[in-house]
Amino acid sequence: MFPIVAREEMAQGTVILNEIEAPLIARKAKPGQFVILKANEEGERIPLTMAETDPAKGTITVIYMVVGKSTALFKDLKVGEGYQDVIGPLGRPTHVEKVGTVLCVGGGTGVAVLHPITRAMKAAGNHVICVIGARNKGLLILEEKMKAASNDLRVCTDDGSYGHHGFVTDIVKEVLEKTPVQQVVAIGPVPMMKAVSAVTKTYNVPTMVSLNPIMIDGTGMCGGCRVSVGGKTKFACVDGPEFDGHQVNFDELTKRLRAYCTEEKQCYEGYCRLND
Amino acid sequence: MTEKMEKQDKKGRVPMPEQDPNVRKRNFQEVPTGYTPAMAQEEAARCVQCKKPGCVEGCPVSVDIPGFINLVTKGDFTAAIRHIWSMNALPAVCGRVCPQEIQCEGKCILNKKGLPVAIGNLERFCADYEREHGTGALPPKAAPTGKRIAVVGSGPSGLTVAGDLIQKGHSVTIMEAFHKPGGVLVYGIPEFRLPKAIVAQEVNFLERLGAEVKCNAVVGRTVSLDELFEEGYDAIYIGVGAGLPSFMNIPGENLIGILSANEYLTRANLMKAYKFPEVDTPIPLGKNVAVLGAGNVAMDSARTAMRLGAESVKIVYRRSRDEMPARKAEIHHAEEEGIEMMLLTNPVRYLGDESGRLTGMQCLKMELGEPDASGRRRPIPIKGSEFEIKTDLVIVAVGSGANPLLTQSTPDLALNKWGYIQADPETGKTSKRGVWAGGDIVTGAATVILAMGAGRAAANSIHKYLTWGW
Ligand SMILES: Cc1cc2nc3c(=O)[nH]c(=O)nc-3n(C[C@H](O)[C@H](O)[C@H](O)COP(=O)(O)OP(=O)(O)OC[C@H]3O[C@@H](n4cnc5c(N)ncnc54)[C@H](O)[C@@H]3O)c2cc1C
Ligand code: SF4
Ligand code: FES
Repeated sequence: MFPIVAREEMAQGTVILNEIEAPLIARKAKPGQFVILKANEEGERIPLTMAETDPAKGTITVIYMVVGKSTALFKDLKVGEGYQDVIGPLGRPTHVEKVGTVLCVGGGTGVAVLHPITRAMKAAGNHVICVIGARNKGLLILEEKMKAASNDLRVCTDDGSYGHHGFVTDIVKEVLEKTPVQQVVAIGPVPMMKAVSAVTKTYNVPTMVSLNPIMIDGTGMCGGCRVSVGGKTKFACVDGPEFDGHQVNFDELTKRLRAYCTEEKQCYEGYCRLND
Repeated sequence: MTEKMEKQDKKGRVPMPEQDPNVRKRNFQEVPTGYTPAMAQEEAARCVQCKKPGCVEGCPVSVDIPGFINLVTKGDFTAAIRHIWSMNALPAVCGRVCPQEIQCEGKCILNKKGLPVAIGNLERFCADYEREHGTGALPPKAAPTGKRIAVVGSGPSGLTVAGDLIQKGHSVTIMEAFHKPGGVLVYGIPEFRLPKAIVAQEVNFLERLGAEVKCNAVVGRTVSLDELFEEGYDAIYIGVGAGLPSFMNIPGENLIGILSANEYLTRANLMKAYKFPEVDTPIPLGKNVAVLGAGNVAMDSARTAMRLGAESVKIVYRRSRDEMPARKAEIHHAEEEGIEMMLLTNPVRYLGDESGRLTGMQCLKMELGEPDASGRRRPIPIKGSEFEIKTDLVIVAVGSGANPLLTQSTPDLALNKWGYIQADPETGKTSKRGVWAGGDIVTGAATVILAMGAGRAAANSIHKYLTWGW
């Protein structure tokens, strides 16, 4: 078992943080890599990109939104309980180098994944501007941490309850208009990454996105995670999860993510009924 | 033909009792239910105890077949299984999945007059009998040598190496990327052909002998080969299989409803998705299913789809029946279960709707031309023969390649041009000191018995190395 040593509820209980004891993974993991977690014998294998690793303590941290049966099951795990299986670190680490100014854009729980990358970009000597967004103020996560990790943090909410009233793309445009940026990193819901990539393309700024297709093994043996990048099929678990946002076929990804929507709904409703 | 042989053969081969096709095509229980002791003895008595047995020549690991069959005839099943074990560590598995018709049974002298001795069925019987009636006593173990071996991958190859080396007194750790050990035996081959309890028991046997099984260990990611040496391992065996799915590379392949056989079977077998929603992993339920390919993997996929309630399941294969690589028994079972064989047919593009879901497949008719490099007649497309089939689930089972995950992280391991590890065919030694490899990652996708044979050869070589040096 992989015990949970710390647990936090964020964004009004819709987002959960788990710090998990996994010393072998903590020792090797780099920003941008993910793990696969399975709660129990009957559980599904769920990939989550790590938000934090502590090699000295031997722990990794994941932050996830409760969206279905499996994450609801994860949410019910208490400190002292744990995951039956945690596998990793998987995927290629983020390519971090000093390029000048980096613009990091995060939406929803994507901010959690963006945080270690932002920190690494800054540590590498880049000037880092950050834009993070959420639907409303209550759903915004990690604002303080992102502030500390970047040189300049901008916040937006879709409903205007906090920060800029509007989407992250508004600020991205504004920044790109005023400042020469060498690299954009955009991590969040697929529509957000698609929109940001479309904007940065018009400014011709290289843009890296982190994809989250359906996965099973995470080691390149099933092909379930395939995505189209530049017209070629790639396995996100081994060739990614990070890809050039200007090359990714986001529409295909959106469709493929819906492959099991009926089954997922059935499973989640069953679970909710059970716990009512 | 001897007089004895003719007399024996009149009795004919004892048929294997099986679940009725119409019942079994909707359940996941094992299809053949196994011989009774009386049936086993009757079948064993058909063996004429050849002086120069062809069957032994046909067996890749040279099991002394007449020897164990003789013990079965006498009813000494305990001695029979011990005799098999001395050459084959996983008889319960091999009896069920070996392609006997091209190995032992294919070389049996009785073929000249009728059906060969049912060697596979007898091998399976001995193993099952022992599992159900044996004492579970462990074989003797040599005194501890203090040497540590890491076995990477827990398929038949890795399990064989682990079993052999632990009995020679070494300490063995098996590292498996998945959350359960067994390799293809658990994630690929379905329950109705190889019950998972059998594989679990084989692994448990190794654990009782003292092997340590570490799951969730992706070697090359969680830990590298060099780090394993730094941790104090004296030798490493790589048996990671050929787990890279091949696709058709035709338009539309990323539509929803097209899965590699690896994904489909992993969902069904390892994740037990056939029990969904009792378990959380879903599996697509196709109404009209097409399986591309005609090997064991294709048959397993087709029969799984049938059991999950498909209205129709087709095997779509570009060559003809004679070239189908699956075991005869699998093709036979599949047809009995109502699976259609659409031969000399090659898909050229997938068709989908606006939500990105598969609705059909465009195919071409083929004819056979001159033999190609593999010695099989090359399929050639017939011009203008395009036609469409309606399908909402395609399972691609057209082969697999070498997964580069581990080899990429180990640059000093020599590979061949297809990315498989180069290893000495006699010993399994690789280009990297202290590292052996065998099974599918060396030969390309092959068979359980060849993977085990490679494991045994490597175990002997590793033992020599640990005793005498590289
Ligand atoms: C569906 C199907 C049906 C088949 N039917 C038959 C049959 O009827 N008869 C027959 O003889 N053969 C059959 N085969 C072929 C046979 O199963 C294989 O040839 C055999 O299993 C190969 O054994 P192996 O030990 O080399 O590898 P595998 O059984 O593939 O095991 C390799 C193991 O290594 C693990 N691994 C991979 N990478 C890593 C890593 N980096 N770190 C740690 N672990 C890793 C994998 O997860 C896997 O568990 C079938 C294959 C399939 C897929
Ligand atoms: S191991 Fe396979 S080939 Fe050898 S005797 Fe058994 S069934 Fe036949
Ligand atoms: S998750 Fe199976 S290949 Fe990527």
